[in-house]
Amino acid sequence: MTLITNHANARLTALDELTTHDYPEFQTEMRQRLAGDDRLVSYFGAPSPADAAPFLHAVFIAQNGELVHFRGRGEPGANVASLTSEFPEMHCFERELHEQYGLDMAGHPWLKPIRFEGRDIEQMNEYPFYKLKGKEVHEVAVGPIHAGVIEPGHFRFMCFGEKVYHLEIHRGYQHRGVEKLLLKAPLRSLPPLIESVVGDSAVAYSLAHCRAIEALADLDVAADVERIRSIGLELERVAMHLGGLSGMATDIAYLPGSTSYGRLRTTVINLSMRLCGSRFGRSWFRPGELRFPFTQTHRDDIRQSLELVQHDIAFINKSFTESRTVNHRLRTICHLSKEVALEIGVVGMASRACGLSRDLRTEMRGGVYEEHPIPLVSEPTGDCWARGMVRIREIEASINWMLAQSDLAHDVDAGTPPQITLRPNCGVVSLEEGWRGEVMQYLETDANGDIAHYKVQDPSLRNWFGMAQAVKNNTIYDFPICNKSFDLSYCGNDL
Amino acid sequence: MKYALLTAFHIAVLLIAPIYVVGVINRVKAYWAGRRGPRLNQSFFDMLRLMKKTPVYSEVTSWIFPVSSTIVLATAVTASLITPIVPGFAPFGFPGDFVAFAYILGLGKLFMMLGALDTGSPFEGMGASREATYSALAEPVLLLGLGTLAWASGATSFQDLVIPDVSLGMNIGLRIGIALALYVVLLIEAARIPADDPTTHLELTMVHEVMILDHSGPELGIVQQASALKMTVLMGVIAAVLNPFSVSASVVGACLAAAASIILIGLLAASVGLVESLIARFRFQALPLLTLAGFVVVMFVLIIFNVGQGHIQ
Repeated sequence: MTLITNHANARLTALDELTTHDYPEFQTEMRQRLAGDDRLVSYFGAPSPADAAPFLHAVFIAQNGELVHFRGRGEPGANVASLTSEFPEMHCFERELHEQYGLDMAGHPWLKPIRFEGRDIEQMNEYPFYKLKGKEVHEVAVGPIHAGVIEPGHFRFMCFGEKVYHLEIHRGYQHRGVEKLLLKAPLRSLPPLIESVVGDSAVAYSLAHCRAIEALADLDVAADVERIRSIGLELERVAMHLGGLSGMATDIAYLPGSTSYGRLRTTVINLSMRLCGSRFGRSWFRPGELRFPFTQTHRDDIRQSLELVQHDIAFINKSFTESRTVNHRLRTICHLSKEVALEIGVVGMASRACGLSRDLRTEMRGGVYEEHPIPLVSEPTGDCWARGMVRIREIEASINWMLAQSDLAHDVDAGTPPQITLRPNCGVVSLEEGWRGEVMQYLETDANGDIAHYKVQDPSLRNWFGMAQAVKNNTIYDFPICNKSFDLSYCGNDL
Repeated sequence: MKYALLTAFHIAVLLIAPIYVVGVINRVKAYWAGRRGPRLNQSFFDMLRLMKKTPVYSEVTSWIFPVSSTIVLATAVTASLITPIVPGFAPFGFPGDFVAFAYILGLGKLFMMLGALDTGSPFEGMGASREATYSALAEPVLLLGLGTLAWASGATSFQDLVIPDVSLGMNIGLRIGIALALYVVLLIEAARIPADDPTTHLELTMVHEVMILDHSGPELGIVQQASALKMTVLMGVIAAVLNPFSVSASVVGACLAAAASIILIGLLAASVGLVESLIARFRFQALPLLTLAGFVVVMFVLIIFNVGQGHIQ
């Protein structure tokens, strides 16, 4: 396997040089890596040109931070056995493969539709919910239309009194057909589309896309541009964490937290607005190009705004973390143990609240984060409190990091759109640690250098199951705060 | 003449105060949140708006649902007429009426819960179940508090309960202890933080709010006004317990008593707003601790009173 370029977080390989195993070999390789120290990032399908069985792609991060990408291929019509019973973290990937490519996944214990892709929508009413039997079992159905302004998703609780014995989350109500849509759009129209896949992670998605295209088109990006991109990513993280903390405080009816964190979020997104014209960092970054200049004015603005946040957040953090009622309300609630999180493959912020250290910014090598490491934030307890504390500490770490980077970045003029020609017959895996967790994109080009396959993966795909596990044996009364503490994306799952 | 004037005052307070009690709470919360907040009489305009709307009924509801809101309001009004706001006066009174007070409100609550169950919604059933739990927890504190007052004052009618005939030190201790216990009852019965969150949008955590999810138009307005009235009546009782003046004295004394009660109700509303601004809501499982605190306070008062009076050596 030859590595053509080594952009940070993006791995480009010519398809004919990509390690391709026959199915039995592939299965063995998967088992070895899953049982070993490598960390599974993704397992997805890609159509093969000649109507044969689809390719099965696996992406791992090795212990040494290297991105491992290989694929396997079965005989047409042959069975693909499920690995979920042995390695539960495979469950969502295998369900997706079953749904997208009709692979039978024999032996999968929970082979339920993940987003009803390409099926009759009426079938959604017949979703096979897990049921508990008993006279006193109280079944509560919530959604898909909710009281608040949130996305559609159905939650089915099996309770005995207030206690939740089982929660099943049924998503897939959005039917946007993102992956197909991305193939229809011309190259230059892709970034706005990608930024809309999961609107609250626009920067993370846009950066993963930029890196993938840059790798495919041999475009080099100046170190200063990379730095400004990371500032954009961290700004998004800080803004979303502040919004999340405000939401958590609202859900436990803690008024000072609810209003103060919310107010500070506005300060951060308004800074983003002044830097790029969009409060959510949209249109800031494009492949090979920085669309807005970076000058001393912006540097001063960043310093001024972030120092304001730093100053004010100290007060509100103190009142939030020292409030007895907040402590009492959040500690030990909806606990997810490190073992379960590891077993079902929870990633990103939620995993760091369970004592895991899954953060691409520290795991992977290369790029700005290797030059200027950002401290890894991890909380051991796995409860709602830990998920709040991870946010609080990440905000602090990100602000310090941004202040340093903004001083290091030289002035950059706005770029002009480069000529983009993609290498033919290549595949590129691109990863970015968004505020919620790792965002993965895989692009494959055909012989003409057009994009033939576009796979998008949001951390929510894996983390929803973790949330359902965390709620078990808690009261149904605690579900909303648990949901908010994970803050997962519906559209990221539905695509 | 005195009766007519006092009745007019009592009714005027019950008509106007609920609007402003809600207004004061919301303004205090808005102040702590750094906002300006709605005008003090906003809930009146909300009610007017709701009254103009056409209610919508779920297909599965029976006759219970539409009448439940009216019964809730009727019980709140009835209870308010036997409750003293100013010590020594209520428009109606009869022996043992403080027990009737607790159970008239209980009847309203029963219909509130039946109306919620009538919608067939799992949320509302859950809310009704929680409401029943909360009521069972709050009831002993309320009755023990009022019962202690009855013992201390030797009276049997609610309006006279609040004038204990004991020494000054005992008097103050008794008033403060019982007011604290009734304050716990107020927070629970009026569905305020830390027992409930009146502003939440999360159906799964709601108690009172979830039971009125299916109410719309005039019925929603009626239920909201009934809740505000109930809250004001409970504040009125606490105000009467704390009020140092009484209507049985001179005209000046009566005016002072009336003014003191109004001010106390205002302060109580502000304190509820303050509690809501400064602490988070409790866990569901922690609520018994709150009621236990109220219960313990009343028990202390009861024991100290008995020791002080020489009933216990």
